[in-house]
Amino acid sequence: MTNTTAASRPIRILIAKAGLDGHDRGAKVIARALRDAGMEVIYTGLHQTTENIVRAAIQEDVDCIGLSILSGAHMTLFPELLEKLKREGAADISVFGGGIIPKDDIVALKKAGIKEIFVPGTHTQDVVAWIRTNVPVSE
Amino acid sequence: MTKSSNGQRPFTKSASYKEWRSGRYAAQVERRKKYSSISFREQPDLVTPENGGAIDYDSELGYPGEYPFTRGVQPTMYRGRLWTMRQFAGFGSPEDTNRRFKYLLDHGQTGLSTAFDMPCLMGYDPDHPRSVGEVGREGVSVATIEDMETLFEGIELDKITTSMTINCTATVAFAFYFAVAKRRGLSFDKIGGTIQNDMLKEFIAQKEWISPPKPSVKLVCDVIEFCASSAPKFSPVSISGYHIREAGATAVQELAFTLADGLGYVDHCLGRGMDIDKFAPQLSFFFDVHNDFFEEIAKFRAARRMWARLMKERYGAKTDASCKLRTHAQTAGVSLTAQQPINNVARVALQALAAILGGVQSLHTNSMDETLSLPTEDAVRVALRTQQVIAEESGVTNIVDPLGGSYYIERLTNEIEAEAMEYIKQIDALGGMLRAVEEGFPQKEISESAYKFQLDVDAGEQTIVGVNKYQEGGEQDIPTLKIDQAAERAQIEKIKAFRERRDDAKWKDAMAKIESACKEDRNVVPVLIDAVDVGVTLGEVSDIYRRVFGVYSDPGML
Repeated sequence: MTNTTAASRPIRILIAKAGLDGHDRGAKVIARALRDAGMEVIYTGLHQTTENIVRAAIQEDVDCIGLSILSGAHMTLFPELLEKLKREGAADISVFGGGIIPKDDIVALKKAGIKEIFVPGTHTQDVVAWIRTNVPVSE
Repeated sequence: MTKSSNGQRPFTKSASYKEWRSGRYAAQVERRKKYSSISFREQPDLVTPENGGAIDYDSELGYPGEYPFTRGVQPTMYRGRLWTMRQFAGFGSPEDTNRRFKYLLDHGQTGLSTAFDMPCLMGYDPDHPRSVGEVGREGVSVATIEDMETLFEGIELDKITTSMTINCTATVAFAFYFAVAKRRGLSFDKIGGTIQNDMLKEFIAQKEWISPPKPSVKLVCDVIEFCASSAPKFSPVSISGYHIREAGATAVQELAFTLADGLGYVDHCLGRGMDIDKFAPQLSFFFDVHNDFFEEIAKFRAARRMWARLMKERYGAKTDASCKLRTHAQTAGVSLTAQQPINNVARVALQALAAILGGVQSLHTNSMDETLSLPTEDAVRVALRTQQVIAEESGVTNIVDPLGGSYYIERLTNEIEAEAMEYIKQIDALGGMLRAVEEGFPQKEISESAYKFQLDVDAGEQTIVGVNKYQEGGEQDIPTLKIDQAAERAQIEKIKAFRERRDDAKWKDAMAKIESACKEDRNVVPVLIDAVDVGVTLGEVSDIYRRVFGVYSDPGML
């Protein structure tokens, strides 16, 4: 990366699994790819509530949260996460998402404040590049 | 080698595979440096009797319907009866899914397969805070005996076999189903079907659980024990490789870990003093059928032979029925692409053909739209028709095990068996599958394979048409199924009313009986069949499991 605003410290990122489903293949592959790209990655494990995720994000002082949902509950859980981040004064933490999410819902979620949604078939390096470009790293 | 005057080769024959390989073959240029299967298996250029294609017919193959069942579990295979076409379905309320079931039966489907929603699969009633947004989303919401009655309204439980995909709460779903049968006056020995009830693979791959592995395996075996004594036509467990494969396992890992899970249950049942030949015939399996056509066919053949040998040699099973690996298969959901989704129809057709050439007893074909949402009726119909085309147009069902004896298939079958046995030995050395799962051994192996595969896709070494090759800019739009939010509200209202209506004294008594059965390590199934009949709900049983057996949470290993 020849980014002139290159961070002096690695990006810290929380990969989170919300909801009740157990589909963690994508989340784990992305977590490893980000780690291999030099980021500091914390993985929550499955079945987290949005409260748990917000708490972990604040405790771990992350720059962004990658939330993976394949249960169909994305229209409930993404807005809930944003709402709780705001309530805890942590709205500066960017949230992006991944999973099986129909196009119309992606439009609505982006409007609601989710920065990006990655669907199956995404190149892991595209996720890496997107984070480097779009996630501000505070000193 | 000499050439004739016009530059053409005269009739010459290589004396051996080696000579052919280093002569005639090596004289030409290969298209790629390396040819690998989707499971990273390097493929031979050609197999002959000289390089692994030789067969010992009696010991390795035998006749269909005979030990070791490599060529199939039935002598007639599809000449006698076609496989069961069983499309997995479930969404919204029990009423919604009952309508879909009837639609599928009207279109020639021959068995039912129920997908439950996430709250059911994790042991929560629809009105639990953890169920918000999840009720009826990924499957049908069934929390009470009345929901189960509605789900099967107008469907004869003694005529149509039903498969239920549910695991940590399988005991409860099983109790609902059999309690409904009882209310309809049907005796249990008339009820055929399958319940997935495979907890070991939950910890490995699908990851829906309530309690830790050990008590979870106890509950699995309660159903096995109950069916052995009281429901002879019902398969109490569907030992599943599907989720293991979907989580990223190779074909060999899928096979090895699935059979090892099966051995885990067998060991537990034998530990209870059960007789192998009394319960082994009811064990059934469920495998994925992925993209690599021949590897998948060989996997099914290896699975049958390995299981037969394990049952006979390791456990001393004395009957054919105990040694037969009967399996359902589902085309690989993970192979479908959101990009250019109509291409998925072609993928599913090839995978389905591999399942049939592999000799499965039952098949689900995925719908083209399943990387986008649950399938629409139209998409499901194409998937079902794909099976009907294979069954009735392609001609592949006219002969039993048409690929048996192929040098390549037989070598591949042998290799896959040998590699899977290596894993089973490793698992034995760890102290068996329960221990291996507790230590995260299969989980770690699968994660490695999943990551390696993704890196291969990123590097273009594994081609996914429409994703990393032949991409199109514009998106193909296909219709997707929308699930009505009303289902969640309706299910919440329904369960509240249900609790109001039930007889409180009977309910309390039933709850106490379940709790003491759990604490005293007795078989919970008969107790549950009575309890759900007086109104105990799925979430309430799960709460007892949480209290008595403890709660498991994801160690979050990467």
